[in-house]
Amino acid sequence: MVKLIKVQTADFNQQQEYERLRDHPSTGAIVTFTGLVRDISNGENINALTIEHYGIMTQKILAELVANARKRWSINDCTVIHRVGDLQLRDQIVFVGIASLHRGEAFAACEFIMDFLKTQAPFWKKETNAEGKQYWVDAAQSDQRALEKWR
Amino acid sequence: MIKILFFASLKDQLKTESIELPANENQCVDMLLKHLSTRDAIWQKALSNSALCIAVNHTIAVKSTVLKTGDEVAFFPPVTGG
Repeated sequence: MVKLIKVQTADFNQQQEYERLRDHPSTGAIVTFTGLVRDISNGENINALTIEHYGIMTQKILAELVANARKRWSINDCTVIHRVGDLQLRDQIVFVGIASLHRGEAFAACEFIMDFLKTQAPFWKKETNAEGKQYWVDAAQSDQRALEKWR
Repeated sequence: MIKILFFASLKDQLKTESIELPANENQCVDMLLKHLSTRDAIWQKALSNSALCIAVNHTIAVKSTVLKTGDEVAFFPPVTGG
């Protein structure tokens, strides 16, 4: 399996990532997920977002998530990109793309990686609200519950 | 020595990103936490948070994980990426 894992401040280009995933001749399905900075979070108006991470551990955890997905499903290619640093509204945060023989595996593997990324990869979001106040985002219970379907 | 890192809200509360301490024989994470908690009330409160996450050498660890010289210990709040 080919895989690409990147943690970067720079933006990413969906079309380029999609074309790379499309390269494998036995791929019949590609599922991609993109997470964006949105304007409302827990009822607050958000103006900007800063993402901090624990560099070495982040790479290690993301590689483990991809390896675990590969144990459960047949995957031809996989891309995980997560941005860090200062982001603005509508900016892209995260990209997960899975190329596999059939759509069922691609959908499942993509959701699996996102569910575990949100609860295990050491990234932390700090939001800036409309008044310019900054605060760290609390972990959502719903993200923990999302893991139950993979047990 | 043991390198200790703090991230996100914990780093802000403690106003500390990293420190180094000498390694003690058979010291576990819990003993390290107790030692750090004696610094002042802010450290005591921040490190007693039941949601506190622990990593040793970039792997999720628990309070009973035993530490040795050269280890990198990280303390952080629950993650919120994605």
